[in-house]
Amino acid sequence: MITLTINGENREVGVAPDMPLLWVLRDVLGLTGTKFGCGIAQCGACTVHLAGKPVRSCQLSVNAIGARAITTVETIGSTPNGLKVQKAWLDLEVIQCGYCQSGQIMSATALLDAIPHPDDADIDAAMAGNICRCGTYVRIRQAIKRAAAQE
Amino acid sequence: MSTQPFSESGAASTALPDATSQVSRRGFLRGAVSAAFCLGFYMPLRRARAAAQAETFAPNAFIRVDPRGEVTLIMSQVEMGQGIYTSISMILAEELDADWSRVRVEAAPPDEKLYANPVLTIQCTGNSDSIRAFWKPLRLAGAAARACFVQAAARTWRIAPTECRTENGTVIHPPTGRKIAYGDLVGRAAAIDPPKDPPLKSPEAFRLIGRPLKRLDTPAKSNGSAKYGIDTMPPGVKFATLAASPVLGGKVVRVDDQKAKAVPGVRQVVVLDDLVAVVGDHMWAAQCGLEALDITWDDGPNAEVSSDLIWSRLREASLREGAVAKQVGDAAAALSGGDVIGAVYEMPLLAHCCMEPLNCTVHITPTSAEAWIGTQVLERVHAAVAKAAGLPESQVTVHNHLLGGGFGRRLEPDMAYSAARIAKQVDGPVKVVWTREEDVRHDVYRPAYRDLLWARLEGGRIVGWKHRISGSAVMARFLPPVFKKGVDPDGVDSAQDIPYDIPNYRVEFNREEPPGIVTGFWRGVGPNNNVFAIESFMDELARKAGQDPIAFRRAHLDKTPRLQAALELVREKSGWGSPLPARCGRGVSAQIAFASFIATVVECEVSEAGEVKLRRQTTAVDTGIAVNPDTVMAQLQGGHIFGLTAALYGEITLEKGRVQQSNFDNYRMLRIDQTPPIDVHVIKSGEPPGGIGETGTTAVVPALRNAIYAATGVPLRRMPIDRKLLSGRANL
Repeated sequence: MITLTINGENREVGVAPDMPLLWVLRDVLGLTGTKFGCGIAQCGACTVHLAGKPVRSCQLSVNAIGARAITTVETIGSTPNGLKVQKAWLDLEVIQCGYCQSGQIMSATALLDAIPHPDDADIDAAMAGNICRCGTYVRIRQAIKRAAAQE
Repeated sequence: MSTQPFSESGAASTALPDATSQVSRRGFLRGAVSAAFCLGFYMPLRRARAAAQAETFAPNAFIRVDPRGEVTLIMSQVEMGQGIYTSISMILAEELDADWSRVRVEAAPPDEKLYANPVLTIQCTGNSDSIRAFWKPLRLAGAAARACFVQAAARTWRIAPTECRTENGTVIHPPTGRKIAYGDLVGRAAAIDPPKDPPLKSPEAFRLIGRPLKRLDTPAKSNGSAKYGIDTMPPGVKFATLAASPVLGGKVVRVDDQKAKAVPGVRQVVVLDDLVAVVGDHMWAAQCGLEALDITWDDGPNAEVSSDLIWSRLREASLREGAVAKQVGDAAAALSGGDVIGAVYEMPLLAHCCMEPLNCTVHITPTSAEAWIGTQVLERVHAAVAKAAGLPESQVTVHNHLLGGGFGRRLEPDMAYSAARIAKQVDGPVKVVWTREEDVRHDVYRPAYRDLLWARLEGGRIVGWKHRISGSAVMARFLPPVFKKGVDPDGVDSAQDIPYDIPNYRVEFNREEPPGIVTGFWRGVGPNNNVFAIESFMDELARKAGQDPIAFRRAHLDKTPRLQAALELVREKSGWGSPLPARCGRGVSAQIAFASFIATVVECEVSEAGEVKLRRQTTAVDTGIAVNPDTVMAQLQGGHIFGLTAALYGEITLEKGRVQQSNFDNYRMLRIDQTPPIDVHVIKSGEPPGGIGETGTTAVVPALRNAIYAATGVPLRRMPIDRKLLSGRANL
């Protein structure tokens, strides 16, 4: 059994040590907010926070996690920046199909955690790993700036 | 101006959508629960009222109101990001005068009689046809329900219905100030026959339509709680992934599954004639199991198909005379003089790459089948699952979910059919998920096209025009009755109805299906190809005529003031004509597609190495009444990015019958760091609404191509952009 700290709770899972966190979250624990998009860390749909940093859960083996805390989109709204990002996303109607947006919101929240007032270059660097096929990038950029401007 | 590619009769239609008659023919029936209301007429009043208290008012297939006043709107069209749940709800709620805060939505079940798209004739979300087709029927549905409430209130008060008005889910009698909430009228309203031709609001009276209301579907999409097909978790579900024959038409010869069965969590290996699937406790077990399989394939008749073969056949076919789609004046005579200008344009095969990979969850028992999916063609999925299960459709249930992108890929039921065939071999429910690699390699691809154009100018005006389109006839496969006399109505859409005023023109279609690959709809459908070819050619003609590209287009649009106005607005907003640095250029496109009038300007820079940097984009759109203008803007922004992605990177190639691309590392997508500011200006209009979901994609590709032409002088004739052709060229 492997013990993981997910969204503030300890969860025991009996899975192979090399199993990527993505499938543990989705298929074992039923936390389906984190999405499968490519399986090779190219699209960012599976982004979660590991000890506060954004990681691609499709490439993160459960045995590499240890005691570090995992946060998923299901509880990111309980963090100050997560809440700001979610609100800005809805205020500006960023979301279309929404499938990539869990990952976008996780990446954007991590960006604000690291850089409270990001400029365009910071946004490019932090968000270029997240593909949106609906093409919501223009509004993602605006929403990050809006979230950053909120106290 | 024909704007619909096809109509129920199969004939090209020249009218704006007014689908009322089709809907009534197709059985615009009262909801199934409404049978109970008829009893109200025959029961003593008190009993009828008591019965009615417990009832729901469901005057038609789209609306239910319960005694608490909660309004449930049934969504005939599926939500794949285009905001249709909100826009449809706004139309229904507008005419119903519902309390917007008490509206909830519900996905329609598969039922072609009740929910067929009146224009497309099947239960289908596509062709940017949701608002266009349902605009009038939904208004009538809302207005008919409202009329029942008014009638019920008037009977209660013993006054004339004309003395009443409605507001926010309440009937009001202004002379006396009396009010009754819709919820309190449910039982009495249910006893009233909904009028067939209720009065509709005049647009000035709209209080929802035309406002940028917040979307109903997005809060759940911001916190992980929204459920897509891939998120389905029926109790006891197992997880499967598959390998389909890498060559279309290939077969499984043998499978060594010894190692796969030793993978922890693997439960079963399913071998069908054209695919192998591994079933496990989770996707990881299924994937590891699949990788551990040793499969021998017989590649079959398409083993030698390559891109070279596909293109050589298409190029050869394009030299044939095509079937005539449209003829105006005498194009042959107009083009018989000297100085005929000709150009050839080519568009590649493309994959869809919805962010949600293909998937379908199915549970088959000897007497029933149940499927969970997000699809654009619910009834076709229903039929596919029934066929695979060997059961009548009455024993098959399909649950529709939100779609993680559709873009035309989910207009096909193939994934449901494959998943159901796998599920038939599995005890209990199984979720079949395609890896991204399988999704890309087994797509139903956007066709490759080759367009030949000829024109002749006289005094700076086009006097003769000929356009020959060669490529797949998608409609011939998708909806065979509309493919007539060799002309595919989708293949010639936005070409046979070219917006420009040209006295002599001829449009031909040449059907040529590529071997070894299946082609289908892709965001922008036929106009993708035609708008690209026409607008690229228009720029080349403008240059020959020595005219500004916008002025040249406007001069040919005297009969199309809506497009002229869009061009004028985009000229003004884009900074058209102002100086630019070296190797920078602006390009324009103008189009009427899906009944919307759009002009777009792209500004880009081309490096010495041939890399294209997007600087800015500006769009002006007249889509008639914009039900939700914010959604219109979002769709154009997103549609532009979809098109830019294709123009910059998109091409599927084949070798030895196999698709060579597989994932986002070798099939690139535009990312945020390459995305320019995109400004969309919505022109106010009182015309009926046009389609919008696909228009941004079709508009942007030629605009970018023309910007590159302006920046470098290189007239690109083929997509995607070939950087080799652009490197080292100076401004011309």
